[in-house]
Amino acid sequence: MPNATPVSMALDGAPVPAGSVSPGRIASFLRRDPAFAAAAITLFVVAVAGILAPVLAPYDPAQLIDASARAQPPSAEHWLGTDPLNRDLLSRILYGARISLGISLVAVTLATIVGTAWGAAAGYAGGWVDALLMRIVDAGLAIPRILLLLSVVAFWGRLTIPAIVLLLGMTGWFAASRLARDSVRATREQDFVLAARATGASPARVLVRHILPHAMTPMLVAATLGVGQVIVVEAGLSFLGYGVAPPAATWGGLIRDGREVIATAWWMSVFPGLALAITVLAINVLGDRLRAAMGGTQVPAP
Amino acid sequence: MARFRPSPYLGSHMARIVLKRLAQGLFIVWLTTTITFFLVHAAPGEPFAEMLTDPRMTNEMREANRARYGLDQPVFAQYLQYVRSVAGGDFGHSFTHQRPVMSVLADALPRTLLLMGTAIIIGFAAGILLGTLQGARVGGWFDRITGSVAVLFTALPDFWLALLAVMVFAGTWLPVSGFSTPTLSPTASVVTRGSDVLRHLVLPAGTLAILISAMVSRYQRAALIDVLPSPWLRTARAKGLSRRPVVFRHALRNALLPIITLAGLSMPALLGGAVFIEVTFSWQGMGSLAVQAVADRDYPVVLAAVILSSTMVVVGAALADLAHAAVNPRQRRA
Repeated sequence: MPNATPVSMALDGAPVPAGSVSPGRIASFLRRDPAFAAAAITLFVVAVAGILAPVLAPYDPAQLIDASARAQPPSAEHWLGTDPLNRDLLSRILYGARISLGISLVAVTLATIVGTAWGAAAGYAGGWVDALLMRIVDAGLAIPRILLLLSVVAFWGRLTIPAIVLLLGMTGWFAASRLARDSVRATREQDFVLAARATGASPARVLVRHILPHAMTPMLVAATLGVGQVIVVEAGLSFLGYGVAPPAATWGGLIRDGREVIATAWWMSVFPGLALAITVLAINVLGDRLRAAMGGTQVPAP
Repeated sequence: MARFRPSPYLGSHMARIVLKRLAQGLFIVWLTTTITFFLVHAAPGEPFAEMLTDPRMTNEMREANRARYGLDQPVFAQYLQYVRSVAGGDFGHSFTHQRPVMSVLADALPRTLLLMGTAIIIGFAAGILLGTLQGARVGGWFDRITGSVAVLFTALPDFWLALLAVMVFAGTWLPVSGFSTPTLSPTASVVTRGSDVLRHLVLPAGTLAILISAMVSRYQRAALIDVLPSPWLRTARAKGLSRRPVVFRHALRNALLPIITLAGLSMPALLGGAVFIEVTFSWQGMGSLAVQAVADRDYPVVLAAVILSSTMVVVGAALADLAHAAVNPRQRRA
């Protein structure tokens, strides 16, 4: 055997096909990459904080504790201080995690489903259907998302949480549809797809069982990064005053409250912003590493 | 930049790109306008809400007011009327400003262009420089420190960073709000008024530029890392060129291609970012105007803002394509 490979090489350096993730590979990533480990732990903590908010929060986020005392700075009783209505900021941030993350996760799921269906239809149909569907996507990408959201939200009045989720989802699927479409175009004419068709599989079955699985890797990365983006977009909407109805507040809504008293109560805008930034940073690191682990290039997301 | 000889096919090819781009761009602007038009008109509320509840108004006055702005017509008739007038260069009459939308835009647009132009130039220049220095020595101390900071900044929401800037700089000689000093005499010299605007520009443009440079540096670093192992760069090194000119002359030029594309594609994000920067710093440009118009249900101004921003997006993408073709000789022959 002229090209005998040492056993350790075969174990460690075995060529892993792009697009596959083994538990061993993830474990070695955790050890080699402290930033990734920190991001994973951060997200775990934020998720637990959001889910267990009612248990963890020291005070009722909506209840006024003492109307005589106003906006107190951080102290032993109120770790992150209180707002002008004397509500405990830490409790409000914990509940905010729940709403911000919840809204974002559901909205991105919705956007991914819509985008995949749209893009797959365009890529599979080809021709003028493809051209028409993708021009609509171009138009969707050409309006700054915040402007599109504003022109709906403001005109339609105060929105419920499901309505906000629906809006964020319906304005966020354009990029996902491009990914799905390109992936379908790339695999459509390959032999295994022709073989599946030749055996009499219906177009829907070919699409779902044979073509779309190949689009999963980029879609998963995009969806991960999308969660971070939607948290920021939702926060921006709340910051402009078009968020969920009070007394509930997302992180963006808390920052908005803080803006009005920025000269006297710095903690009110600093801490919710920090929570937002740390969470989005962790999601970005996670998405970046996910892309690298799945064999993509390490180009950071916009 | 190094010289290149224009190919004889360049002219006609460029003309074809431009024409195709123009048609696609027009279609996209029309589609975004149409979607927004029906979205705002389908909304349950209506403009003049305050005026309508004013007890001094009679029903006749309300009807007359609606008729004046064409709001008594069926939506589709309003739409046709709107498209006709926009095609003729007339964006209608602002409900709240009580003057033509064009004159409202004429005030706001130059301010936004000044803010965005400054931020984009500084942000891209700083980002390209940072990314190149990082990519040239991946894993070195400079790459690790500035790279981590850049990753951190890409995660910061623009309005929060702007808010922090307001907090830190409030009360200093750098103004945190507005476009100019209101008490400044309008008869003051051009130099005085110009430097006053520049002073107001520092924080908004600086905040936006920092965020842009963080994003650009990540792309530039990745692009340079992609290019550096190329055989022709090894050849340049083998010829005896030292590292610096190879990185800054040869590699940088090729790594710029993805950055040009990025510049074109990031237009919607930049415009969105400018909205928040303008609102937070009370910079009275297109962003503040659009947000206020949305709050006031001023349909014509909202629609004009959508038309203008989607036009900027389309033009940005087209310019990036052209710049790409101009820098990349391979694309010219295709």
